[in-house]
Amino acid sequence: MTQTGPFRLPRGGRLIDRAYQLPFRFDGRQMRGVVGDTLASAILANGQIMMGRSFKYHRPRGPVASGAEEPNALLGLGEGGRFEPNQRATTTALVGGMVTAPQNCWPSLNADVGAINNWMYRFLPAGFYYKTFIHPRPFWKHVFEPIIRRSAGLGKAPTEADPDRYEQAYAHVDVVVVGGGIAGLTAARDAAKQGKSVWVIEQTPQFGGRTPTDHADGQTRIDALLAELRALPNATLRRSTMATGLYDHGYLLAREAIADHDPNAGLPRQRLWRIRAGHVVVASGALERPLSFAGNDVPGVILASAVRDFIDLYGVAPGRKIVVVTNNDDAYRTALVALDAGLQVAAVIDARASATGALPEAVRARGVRVLTGSAIAGIKGGKAVEGVKLCAHAGSGDVTEVIDADCVAMSGGWSPVVHLWSHCGGKLNWSDAQAMFAPDPNRPPTGADGRAMASAVGAAAGDLLVAEATGAGAEQAILPVWVMPANATRKMKFKMWLDFQNDVKVSDVELAAQEGYQSVEHTKRYTTLGMATDQGKVSNINGLAVLSNALKQPIPQTGTTTFRPPYTPLTLGTIAAEARGEVFQPLRKTPMHAWHESHGAFFEPVGHWRRAYCYPKPGESHGDAVAREIRAVRASVGTLDASTLGKIIVKGPDAGKFLDMMYTGMMSSLPVGKCRYGLICNENGFLVDDGVAARLSEDTWLVHTTTGGADRMHAHMEDWLQCEWWDWKVYTANVTEQWAQVAVVGPKARVLLERLGGMDLSAEALPFMQWAEGEIAGIPARVFRISFSGELSFEVAVPANRGLELWEKLHEAGRDLDVTPYGTEAMHVMRAEKGFIMIGDETDGTVIPQDLGLGWAISKKKTDYIGKRAQERSHMTDPRRWKLVGLESLDGRVLPDGALAVAEGVNPNGQRKTQGRVTSTYMSPTLSKPIAMGIVLNGPDRMGEVLEFPVAGQETYKARIVDPVFYDKEGSRANG
Amino acid sequence: MLILTCPYCGISAEETELAPGGEAHLKRFGPGSSDADFESYLFARKNPKGVHFERWRHAYGCGKWFLAARDTATLQVFGTYKAQTPHPTPEIVAAVQAARPGWQPDWIETNADTSAESPKA
Amino acid sequence: MAEALAKISQVQDRGMIQIRADLDRAGDAIAGAAGLALPGQGRTTTDGSRLLGWMSPDELLLVLPRAETAEALSALTEALAGEHALVLDVSDMRAMFRIDGPKAAQVLMKLCPTDLAAMPPDGLRRTRAAQVACGIWRDQAGYVLVGFRSVADYLRGILTGAAAPGTHLEPR
Repeated sequence: MTQTGPFRLPRGGRLIDRAYQLPFRFDGRQMRGVVGDTLASAILANGQIMMGRSFKYHRPRGPVASGAEEPNALLGLGEGGRFEPNQRATTTALVGGMVTAPQNCWPSLNADVGAINNWMYRFLPAGFYYKTFIHPRPFWKHVFEPIIRRSAGLGKAPTEADPDRYEQAYAHVDVVVVGGGIAGLTAARDAAKQGKSVWVIEQTPQFGGRTPTDHADGQTRIDALLAELRALPNATLRRSTMATGLYDHGYLLAREAIADHDPNAGLPRQRLWRIRAGHVVVASGALERPLSFAGNDVPGVILASAVRDFIDLYGVAPGRKIVVVTNNDDAYRTALVALDAGLQVAAVIDARASATGALPEAVRARGVRVLTGSAIAGIKGGKAVEGVKLCAHAGSGDVTEVIDADCVAMSGGWSPVVHLWSHCGGKLNWSDAQAMFAPDPNRPPTGADGRAMASAVGAAAGDLLVAEATGAGAEQAILPVWVMPANATRKMKFKMWLDFQNDVKVSDVELAAQEGYQSVEHTKRYTTLGMATDQGKVSNINGLAVLSNALKQPIPQTGTTTFRPPYTPLTLGTIAAEARGEVFQPLRKTPMHAWHESHGAFFEPVGHWRRAYCYPKPGESHGDAVAREIRAVRASVGTLDASTLGKIIVKGPDAGKFLDMMYTGMMSSLPVGKCRYGLICNENGFLVDDGVAARLSEDTWLVHTTTGGADRMHAHMEDWLQCEWWDWKVYTANVTEQWAQVAVVGPKARVLLERLGGMDLSAEALPFMQWAEGEIAGIPARVFRISFSGELSFEVAVPANRGLELWEKLHEAGRDLDVTPYGTEAMHVMRAEKGFIMIGDETDGTVIPQDLGLGWAISKKKTDYIGKRAQERSHMTDPRRWKLVGLESLDGRVLPDGALAVAEGVNPNGQRKTQGRVTSTYMSPTLSKPIAMGIVLNGPDRMGEVLEFPVAGQETYKARIVDPVFYDKEGSRANG
Repeated sequence: MLILTCPYCGISAEETELAPGGEAHLKRFGPGSSDADFESYLFARKNPKGVHFERWRHAYGCGKWFLAARDTATLQVFGTYKAQTPHPTPEIVAAVQAARPGWQPDWIETNADTSAESPKA
Repeated sequence: MAEALAKISQVQDRGMIQIRADLDRAGDAIAGAAGLALPGQGRTTTDGSRLLGWMSPDELLLVLPRAETAEALSALTEALAGEHALVLDVSDMRAMFRIDGPKAAQVLMKLCPTDLAAMPPDGLRRTRAAQVACGIWRDQAGYVLVGFRSVADYLRGILTGAAAPGTHLEPR
């Protein structure tokens, strides 16, 4: 026999394998557990009952439960990037070499400085923060806030990136049974036999739930059901898989632990299943409630079911001398399990006047004292239970006797786990007889068809014994006990914990009620009852029963707080899943992306695209590179990767009519072979996109959109075609990615392209604002003579697969011309030098084309276009709208982007009035001075006036209103 | 997260495959319309708790816009139908009324509505 | 270490033609020019070399050996002359991947919110793979997935990740 700690029992432990020992560390101590242990059972086996300190008062705490509802034994797990706070010791499988640390204590678990709060409990009542920290104001900032910030939060956040992998998977299943206990397995078998696809998901690594521990031939019954299910090909059993939430239309999220137990397996640690369930069977069982007696949070006071789990599942004694305190028959099972394990049961304290059922009689028959009508008045001991003070339950706590004990097994009754049922709208009924809320089968959560998308079975449905399946005999009724003893004094209530995790006591809830809190939701937030990871699992019913009593109203009238997913905390990694690192988001790359990369491009995001911002040479700053690129383009020739520009084909007998509706200008009159700049507004009149349209043939146009606008504009067109003018004969196709597009720009652009050969690109053959089709360097191409830089410019579109070939040929052929690749920033500066607007700079969703001097691109002849009616509104025609101008900095500094021009006076809020703002601002290498564009009140009528732009911490900027076209006002360069 | 069946391709698509488009069956008011009509067209939305008709695009699918009749409170879906109709179809109305017996349409069916042309075409 | 769930490989030798037309009126003409029967809603037809897929009620996608694209393009254009229709060479617009192996479906189950089991053998499903649009159909050894070319690296990354060795979806 191997010893793994002084509290490991000589026999038993159905889940452990004593042959395999596992070393681990807790709170700096070396310990040993065995395979099958949870952290909690392993630490308990080593004789350590205290596993952490509470959140607010830093009181010593040990485990209360044995499962997912555990509020106290939350540990910091792992080190470095794998550190994770708030891991429940009761559900975390022990892994050899694990390093674990208790929380909410410093410098150590035993000697914790924060425990001073425990002595100040009278000054830290419910709502303490709200009451105390408001006044005096300076105290908040300099005294309270720093203290709270340092002590806030449950556990510590990890500081390094999580090294583990996570993934998601989608499943579509007819019936998902949540909970692999006897009720769930029975429901699954029945559904599977009807031929439905069935999943059973069980949060623990074992199927069976409580049945093997609680019922005589439980394991046999479970094994039989599992055998039946495993023989059915349409049934799937998934263990270590926790249903975290149920959402609309049968959308069920479940987290499968794949490598939690073995971080070095090279597997994803966890998988988030995104399941579409035809029907969800809630078979999530029930959770035991604590009893509210003074000192119920002392380490060693444990739920009765957890005590027998530790003994039966892990062969661990939570204590050697146990007192059971209960208001129902079920806790007597704990006494029997403890006796069978050779532990002493000092007494069973039963609040009920009598206990005559089979279970109490069986306990009496073993010679155990059963004290009915009794209660616990208090616990001896601080960091561990040393004794139990008894009293009459009917009284106010006069101690009648003190019993030596090192463990108290408490049971306040059971509450069905209704979280999943409630997440998506299922309603509950209160049962006075059973003292619990259970799902109301007549008010289930409903799905897309309006019918129930979930049903509840077994203990989750309020059938605590599941007698039909377990064969359990009848039990005597529970006596609801919300405070023990019934007439406990105020002083005792200061030591009765409702919510262990958040340190909420009976006195806090009573105080809230006294102060006027009536809504359970408000009380929750005022007292923090049931917040954080608890989400009402341990504290809910006791808390709202106390509130109901204080408000002198029945429990159902108080109701429950909202049950919100996730049922237990979900690691953020499972939500991110594959979306990290290289595939954090889809980066769109042009056909020439690799070339840009290998030529040192600095990329900027434009939507999901990555575009070359500039191509800095060694030793060059980005600003230097941009300036060099611009000078090269203006002096000779440059190339821009314009592949990201949106390209949409619009074809059909009604295409011209349709484009006339889409654009503010006239597109139907565009001759074949020509190009025209166009503006697209939304129905609210605001400018949303722009670009050049080319008429390819009598019934076909190719329209260009902005880089970010292709999908949006294509969707916009399809919307109007499908939903408004569905009888118009027009087809659209978004062919953005079919083409690579290169802008060849600068006075030597034609020379360069002619070297590649294949097309006549002379001014006569291809004048400005025309396009032609042919071959360039043997590559099929469309060439558009359009310019966004003010230079002679050809945009050459070739099939995407040949984009890189064209680009490389241009650079090869133009070496002696100093052909220079230029990026988006050079493009932006050059367009600003020309006074061309940029969607997203000059527009912000509140700007109409008329504001930007683009009246020339708005047809006066058309009776309608999208946005026309909106632009007729009085506010849109108001002459005081801010309008586009150029701005010339007076002192040579570049104006700050977005800076506001101030006007005389202040607005009703006491702020300076404004009369304009900077929309684009750059240092122009061409002109060797700063240039800017902005929109200004009556701007075009105020040429030469000087505006002031105050900027905090800097000398006020001054700028003169000038024409927005700074360069080549005649436009002769582009026309060459 | 909703599941809606696209009436064009028959796919039961989940919400992440769809793009929402707001209230359905708006009548467009263009140039020449009154300020009140235009304001109502552009901004006024019913936003009911209960039966509602709305636009969805099967964006990660066939790309078609379709319409859905849905209860905004219970998320029950009464049906989906094609976008080329000025009002919910008789089948949709019947499905809504079967589930919500007291519910009455708030539009008046006219002959013009049955033409293939849109209200302002 | 276990093997990857499926072999992920990019297909480079396929051409694609987008066809938009009234399929009721022009279906026969398209079928004739494409050399394949007109697929029903959400389906594909194939002769092992070419595949004609139903993309939407008025859109088809012809996938064929790249060398045959130009000829098919003119055949379709000619067949639809006089019809309100759109025929475009979109061969360079997409990236195409094969996901081959007995667990190919599990790779897609990690990325697509699609009930693949409900997809008919000759089905074409347009959906999303993680954050991008895609189309999926089956072939002998597994599945074919097409997405936009600009996100080819992303698609390769998520497909390879989803196929990582040892990550099968069977219960453990």
